[in-house]
Amino acid sequence: MKVPFSWLRQYVEVDIDPHELAHRLTMAGVEVGEVEEIGGWSEVYVGLVTRVGPHPNADRLRLCTVSTGGDETQVVCGAPNVAEGQKICFGRVGANLYNTHSGRREALAAATIRGVESQGMICSELELGLGDDHSGIVVLPDEAPLGKPLNEYLGDTILDLELTPNRLDCLSMLGVAHEVAALTGGRVTEPAVHYETAGAPIDQRVSISIADPDLCRRYTASLIEGVRIGPSPGWLQDRLARAGLRPINNVVDVTNFVMLEYNQPLHAFDMDRVKDATVIVRRAKPGETLTTLDGVERRLATSNLVIADSRDPIGLGGVIGGANSEIKEGTTAVLLESATFDGPNNRATAGSLELRTEATLRFEKGLRTELAPIALRRATALIQQVAGGTIAPGIIDVFPEADAPALTAPFTAARLRQVLGMDFDLDTVKGIFDSLGFPWESGGSGGSDGSDGSDGLTVTVPYWRNDVSIEEDLVEEVIRIAGYETVPTAMLSTPIPFQTPSPGPALREQVKDLLSAVGMQEVINYPLVALQELERVGELDPQQPPMAVANPMSASHQYLRPTLHASILGTLAANQGHGAGPFRFFEAGRVFLPRSGDLPEEVEMVTGVLAGRRQETSWLTGGESFDFFDAKGVADSVLQRLGVLPVYEPATNALFHPGRCAVIKAGETKAGEIELGFVGEVHGDIRGRFGLEGAVAAFELDLARLLAVIPESDRQFTALSRYPAATRDLALVVPNDVPGGRVNDIIRRHRLVERVELFDVYAGDSLPEGFKSLAFHVCFRAADRTLTNEEVNRSLDGLLRTLEREVNASLRG
Amino acid sequence: MSAPTPQSIEDLTAGAVAELAALETAESLEEWRVAYLGRRGRLTSVLRNLAGLDLEDRRRVGALANQAKSDLEQRLEERSTQLREVALREAAEQGRLDVTLPGRPPAGGRLHPTTQIVREICAAFGAMGFGIVEGPEVEWDHYNFEMLNIPKGHPARDMWNTLWVDYQDEAGEYPMLLRTHTSPMQARVMEGREPPIRVIVPGKCYRYEATDATHEWHFYQVEGLAVDEGITFANLKGTLYEFARRLFGEERRVRFRCDYFPFVEPGVDMSIDCFACDGQGQGCRVCRDSGWIEIMGAGMVHPNVLAGVGYDPRKYTGFAFGLGPERIAMLKYGIDDIRHFYSNDLRFLQQF
Repeated sequence: MKVPFSWLRQYVEVDIDPHELAHRLTMAGVEVGEVEEIGGWSEVYVGLVTRVGPHPNADRLRLCTVSTGGDETQVVCGAPNVAEGQKICFGRVGANLYNTHSGRREALAAATIRGVESQGMICSELELGLGDDHSGIVVLPDEAPLGKPLNEYLGDTILDLELTPNRLDCLSMLGVAHEVAALTGGRVTEPAVHYETAGAPIDQRVSISIADPDLCRRYTASLIEGVRIGPSPGWLQDRLARAGLRPINNVVDVTNFVMLEYNQPLHAFDMDRVKDATVIVRRAKPGETLTTLDGVERRLATSNLVIADSRDPIGLGGVIGGANSEIKEGTTAVLLESATFDGPNNRATAGSLELRTEATLRFEKGLRTELAPIALRRATALIQQVAGGTIAPGIIDVFPEADAPALTAPFTAARLRQVLGMDFDLDTVKGIFDSLGFPWESGGSGGSDGSDGSDGLTVTVPYWRNDVSIEEDLVEEVIRIAGYETVPTAMLSTPIPFQTPSPGPALREQVKDLLSAVGMQEVINYPLVALQELERVGELDPQQPPMAVANPMSASHQYLRPTLHASILGTLAANQGHGAGPFRFFEAGRVFLPRSGDLPEEVEMVTGVLAGRRQETSWLTGGESFDFFDAKGVADSVLQRLGVLPVYEPATNALFHPGRCAVIKAGETKAGEIELGFVGEVHGDIRGRFGLEGAVAAFELDLARLLAVIPESDRQFTALSRYPAATRDLALVVPNDVPGGRVNDIIRRHRLVERVELFDVYAGDSLPEGFKSLAFHVCFRAADRTLTNEEVNRSLDGLLRTLEREVNASLRG
Repeated sequence: MSAPTPQSIEDLTAGAVAELAALETAESLEEWRVAYLGRRGRLTSVLRNLAGLDLEDRRRVGALANQAKSDLEQRLEERSTQLREVALREAAEQGRLDVTLPGRPPAGGRLHPTTQIVREICAAFGAMGFGIVEGPEVEWDHYNFEMLNIPKGHPARDMWNTLWVDYQDEAGEYPMLLRTHTSPMQARVMEGREPPIRVIVPGKCYRYEATDATHEWHFYQVEGLAVDEGITFANLKGTLYEFARRLFGEERRVRFRCDYFPFVEPGVDMSIDCFACDGQGQGCRVCRDSGWIEIMGAGMVHPNVLAGVGYDPRKYTGFAFGLGPERIAMLKYGIDDIRHFYSNDLRFLQQF
């Protein structure tokens, strides 16, 4: 919303610095985005071209005589549009004008042009800094005051407001004027309206009815006949242009002017094209169409509100007019509409037809019914003033809720204290309401806190405000004008509620810490993905498609991801462009699993990938790459730290290379085995689709499942043994298909074994075909005594027998 | 062997000293010790042969020999120390490292800057008694808007450009959406318990929005809510002022101005004085000349929101606030473009 000072001053005195005013408005909730200054000229005046003659030495230049009231000056002018009798902007020698040659604003010097002296300049838009036009001079309206400094005539300051949706009132000059008055101690003067009427009263000439009062709460109209359609006078065009609207013709310009002045959108119909002089406000009938003012034929829905004559729609109520009743050159009778349409319906219609007009911007926010006749009378008078004609006596006012009481809200000092935590003197409050134009009465109905009202007021909400209806709104009015700095600053002193941290998020954050501690870098990816990304990881299930966004911004962010795999492999691929690694990424995020008729299940997952060199390129290290066991080591370290004893079993998973994937299970839980996730090396085909280079090891953990298997009780301390350990090395030969993990587990669970460590895996010539060798350090210890050699040997013998029985293991010879 | 004389002891000693000076290794020192001072060593023999002398000579020569022995022992000790020092010096010389070469890099993992700043924010409010709760990222219109005093058709819905889930109910409406803020947890938390309430809600949010240097369609928000009897706007100011000081420094000043969010009344936004220019404004890029930086929206919980969850708005009051962690991180670390956050370029992530 652009608010020119020149226009604002019509209603309220503004005698403070524009930037100070902008600050006060902003602090009070009417944000000023920009303060634009027009003018700042010196030695530029309103001049009159009294004579135009040829230049003796140049065909395209003219010699002009310019008067500023007293003296006359001769200037050379090259503009094709200069003519005798024009009011123009005259820059005297010394004027600060934009020099089109130097590209800067500088003082104008006297010049001799083709042998003739020129003592000034008739200015173009560009030279004045008003625009880009340099094709001709600016021609001022004839009524421009001769000799007046141009600053006083054309100079202006424009406040560009960035309004929140509640402040409908500040979409109008008068609404802003009321704010300015409240913030500067000024008074608002509303325009006075008088006009003469003649002929038969309007209610004998026009029939108007509201068929759907739920969508139109009030409909007022006036009739002006014998108007002459033409361009608006300069002042009106200028007002609209500075506020950012394009002038059209005098009648339409008045409707726009009054809309900007009062906020009430108005519409003018060509009365002669309203069939049977009948207007019906109703919902559209099935199949009805309307060609709107923008030339588009629109098929209407039965939820759309139309203004119809006796047969057809002639306008889309509160949105846009119809071409069939448009004001045109030749229109002589104007039926002027000022109505109150239902906000949500207006908004829905504008939204479905993609017609967000200046009218809908206002109607959708809910204009007050009181406004309709006020704006109607103002516009009626102005149309007669700028387009002539005769006004029929009276107005039409269809107003089903005419008897509704005035809109009021209670105010009590007690409620203000309860909300703000401070006291306000009631006289100060009354003063603030006065400054805002809110009438009040002492006492009245009492406050919403049930007090008797003796400390309260009954406050009437004026017609330009639609955002005040309850006591809290009035509290805000008081404090936003008084300033929030007047409220004291106090720490909370109410009891702190008992809080237990949510275990899920707490575990997620702990896992993030554990992963970053072992060198993994956290990434956060977009949860919306493209179908192709899911295809690339082979996780697009046609039976259960992922949830889609109905209005995606692009195809690449259209589906709620059911997996983290695609995003993290994409992130890896993007980073491989910057170097050789090491790349160790993880993401802890949600995947979304559809549920019929309900919100999706949001599952917290952690996925990690490791790729590229195992270590930073360094003079100390070789170029080994990450593999399966790096990913397993990371996952394992996290699980160990959480007190979970994982079991890894060979598994098949489309994401991973066959034979290089394990399912991670929590073995020892009350609920039996629970799958926690996977670890593996990503399948070569999938790597190829992402353009990934080299092996990619990955792991994944389902955090909800992990939470379920973490030992509930707090960890118990195990006493440290004071007795020495005995270590034996064990080289076992086992068949190739025996998993090393199984052998490891058998040893670990054996009596007196404290710790086991696999230190070598060997398969080769010295072993029988189909066998491999596994070598372990096995550590024996008892908590209560020093083990004797015999005890250790006995345990070892037993272990070897078990190994032989369970996995066909023998000692390597 | 002839009986020792003072002369023979002197000769013996002089010879031993000369020999010692030429020795270079620990082994030769040991040989030398055995040769002179060992049980069968030459000086030891002198002492043993004193028996052949008369008493007077025995006493005189004996004293000389003992003197010579302790002298040689001391010289041996000195020479031995000397040789050890030389050996150490040589060893040090050979094992010298080029200490200017780079160290062996440990694995470097970091948390995402958003995680870090969200934790910092949560810690600041946690210290003031706020508990952390999280909620669903896919929400019902009911919680995201309606329970927050933003009914269908309300123009304020334009403040949150919404990504709707492709799911229509029986009425043909789209009731499911990607939450546009973490505020829906206000109603979810209050529905589940009675006051007092004091929570913050960190989490992801989504908007239908074109991205540029300051806008992302996917971002985090930390929402806060405190409800009880006797909570006032003064408490809102106190809490948020304390937060601003914890994150941006003790000297920070705060400023509140009127703003609008449908679920609070009165509604405000809070600015801090610019830490880059100390609130001076002129020519400052961080605060764009204003001296102030807006960091969050806040307000007193609207009575309709309280009534909607069954609380009596005449008994209970409360405040709510919401802030963007990315914006806070951008301010604190001088990040010029929000798009860096979720592009996941390692070169960006590893700066934090």
